[in-house]
Amino acid sequence: MPEKREVPARAGAGLKSEHYRDIFATRPDIGFFEIHAENYMGAGGLPHKALSALRRDYALSVHGVGMSIGAERDLDPVHLGRLKAVVQRYEPGLVSEHLAWSTHDDVFFNDLLPLPYTGAVLRRVTEHVDQVQEALGRPILMENPSTYVAFAQSEMSEVEFIRELQRRSGCGLLLDVNNVHVSAINQNYDAIAYLDAFPLEHVAEIHLGGHATDTDDHGHELLIDAHDRAVADPVWALYEHVIGRLGARPTLIEWDNDIPAWPVLKADVDAAEAILAAARRSSHAA
Amino acid sequence: MQPDLSQKSFAAGLLSPGIDLPEGVVDPDGRPAPKRYAVYRNNVTVSLIEAIVAGYPAVQALVGEAFFRAMARQFVRSHPPCSPLLMDYGAGFAEFIENYAPAHPLPFLPDVARLERAWLDAFHSADAVPLAANRLAGLGEADFARSRFVVHPATRLVASRFAVFDLWRAGRGMRDIADIDPGLAQAALVVRPEVVVDVLGLSQGGASFAARLMAGADPVSAAGDALAAEPEFDLAAALATMLSAGAFADIETLREDKR
Repeated sequence: MPEKREVPARAGAGLKSEHYRDIFATRPDIGFFEIHAENYMGAGGLPHKALSALRRDYALSVHGVGMSIGAERDLDPVHLGRLKAVVQRYEPGLVSEHLAWSTHDDVFFNDLLPLPYTGAVLRRVTEHVDQVQEALGRPILMENPSTYVAFAQSEMSEVEFIRELQRRSGCGLLLDVNNVHVSAINQNYDAIAYLDAFPLEHVAEIHLGGHATDTDDHGHELLIDAHDRAVADPVWALYEHVIGRLGARPTLIEWDNDIPAWPVLKADVDAAEAILAAARRSSHAA
Repeated sequence: MQPDLSQKSFAAGLLSPGIDLPEGVVDPDGRPAPKRYAVYRNNVTVSLIEAIVAGYPAVQALVGEAFFRAMARQFVRSHPPCSPLLMDYGAGFAEFIENYAPAHPLPFLPDVARLERAWLDAFHSADAVPLAANRLAGLGEADFARSRFVVHPATRLVASRFAVFDLWRAGRGMRDIADIDPGLAQAALVVRPEVVVDVLGLSQGGASFAARLMAGADPVSAAGDALAAEPEFDLAAALATMLSAGAFADIETLREDKR
């Protein structure tokens, strides 16, 4: 079993099986790889062999997409056991999950579905985060969602909800800057104001990804968190703002649909690395 | 305070396009937001269709993309996954195709789907070191006749009334489709000794032999059944094929009862 290895404050890439060949051939100098935990919950075969080999040379982050932490129902103990097995097997530097739900009545919807921000939901999500952290024996990072709808019943803002969830559970935070941009456009709020209110001191990882563009029933711009293209310019600008405030943090480029050739994904990783390098230089100069 | 909008009512319309927008799902100005809600419906449906597309490329190639996506859409709506492990999703797809009327003119399609399912299961199955052929070298005739093979965790057998092996290969672009007789019964052995999945076509006798061995029969009685199915069946050749493919993990010789 590999020793746990900290994820450095550098840029990394979401690991896709389509890129195994290029990655093993070129051994790119990047900060880390991140996997979707569920893709490595099979019994054996190529995914585990490839990941075990990469894990010897790279830091790793494990990102769960199926725990349904926001669900009304209890967490699935079987799935929690599977996540624990992945974490024990690969000893990642970071483990994260989503402020969302994806399972109801035993149906898995394979999407990150939105939550109303109420006191009752906050209590439930806190309980579920506690349960995951207890099972894994380590804190996890919770990621801010991208959302397309609002709920009439919400009692607080998303930032207030996340701040309180962090305080009550002691979890870390994964700040998805693309999600901030997508939700800010979709929900009519100012992304910079959102970031200024966000408890940045608990952010241990950042996500960047691409989004698609649509319109809603009233012709209002509606951005879709599609992870199917390069990171957009306004998201880079927000990212520079965040790094300016926060200093360098592990930063992941997510590209999960219409997966490009490895060099295309690597170009976005390099672009993030350049921003992190500039931040490191200015912190040394200061 | 608003009554809680339950996840039950939010979930209800995700796979059922006829169900109305849940009350309380709004845009930032508090207006009902059907098109915004439809983003979730679309994400759910399309992502699950894509999971099926990824697992069943030969079936898609045999029926064309439009037909396949329509069939997959029906499947995901009537059989959504009940586990977050999408690698297991689609286990009932072959049976669904059997009952999907537009596919009835292609009666071989469910078995091609079964073979693709076997491929996926083999890809993710547990690792094991394949049985080396030389392990049999030291066995006397009597011990051989009392042996049973331990099947490698990845090994699957798909036997069909149709030309499942040729059709699967054609669907995956490995052979021409023009000269296939779909009505020719075929069987395919799926193996994954290391990390690469391989699929072998078996003769009728070979398929019968493999099925009996995998069910725990000793090789001599399995060969007897295979000879009945195929008079030219050759035990040594069939066994060599399975061994070199890495179909087994071990061999056990049952001891004679002590008197």
